[in-house]
Amino acid sequence: MAHDNAHDHAHGTGGESHGSVKSYLIGFVLAVILTVIPFWVVMSGDFSRTVSGVVIAVSAVLQMLVHLVFFLHLDRSSESRWNVNAAVFTVVVIGIIVAGTLWVMHNMNVHMMH
Amino acid sequence: MSTHTPTVNHGHAAHAAAHGHDDHEHHDTGGNTVFGFWVYLMSDCLIFASLFATYVVLVGGTDGGPGPGDLFELPFVAWETALLLTSSLTFGLGMIAMHKNKVGQLYLWLGITWLLGFGFMCMEVWEFNHLIHQGYGPDRSAFLSAFFALVGTHGLHVSAGLLWLLVMFIQVKQNGLTPTNKTRLACLSLFWHFLDLIWIGVFSVVYLNGAL
Repeated sequence: MAHDNAHDHAHGTGGESHGSVKSYLIGFVLAVILTVIPFWVVMSGDFSRTVSGVVIAVSAVLQMLVHLVFFLHLDRSSESRWNVNAAVFTVVVIGIIVAGTLWVMHNMNVHMMH
Repeated sequence: MSTHTPTVNHGHAAHAAAHGHDDHEHHDTGGNTVFGFWVYLMSDCLIFASLFATYVVLVGGTDGGPGPGDLFELPFVAWETALLLTSSLTFGLGMIAMHKNKVGQLYLWLGITWLLGFGFMCMEVWEFNHLIHQGYGPDRSAFLSAFFALVGTHGLHVSAGLLWLLVMFIQVKQNGLTPTNKTRLACLSLFWHFLDLIWIGVFSVVYLNGAL
């Protein structure tokens, strides 16, 4: 898995954990696949706007998760628990910022355009 | 045990040596330092979230000028992505070398990482220069202002990472792989992987969606 304990000694409670060559390579291959798919879908031009948009969004979310697990070593170990807590809190705030901004600005657009 | 920043480490080392708990305290503070850096990265995430939201709101405001579909070359962006993604892998391999105390391998992998990151920055600066020379600078439209702000902020971060890498080359050269330097490199590796993660958002939201 992403967390290899072979040479992992006595880190504190805060977030320093590191992977193995294997976990980095697995993460890299997954990331390449999840990058190639949306680029191929858009550049081939064979797919509708909606399908392409969904593929881009799904690939991006999956690739971000791959990076978090295999490169940034977020996992369920107790070492990275506080890192995960901070990350989850950040995702919630990002959701509020982005969704809230788009919602409010869309509303303003609709009301000012007629 | 008080909280230590890397800059007050001399006092800390002397203090710890006097009490004979050097190793133990270093590992504790190292973990706390890395966690503190993680919290900074999360706040940096919020800056990028705001810039992404701004971009999506303003992307339609082209003021009769070019939109994202007219400006960007996807093969160019694919190469930028390849450079940055590969640099994430080589940084990871460098960190594994560091944990095994293999300084030579560490230099090799981080040297490759630096070159890949530098290549990415060269491509980005070329793209910005190209756009500005065509008359499509950040002053052309709201869309281009938001584009330069978002992609430029990411580029500034990568440049800071490149500078930080150079500083670490010097520090490891002078002091070796001390616990302090390992902690610094652990923070830098988080920073570097984090920038690659932000780039996923950039190429998905700006370039791929723009080409639809």
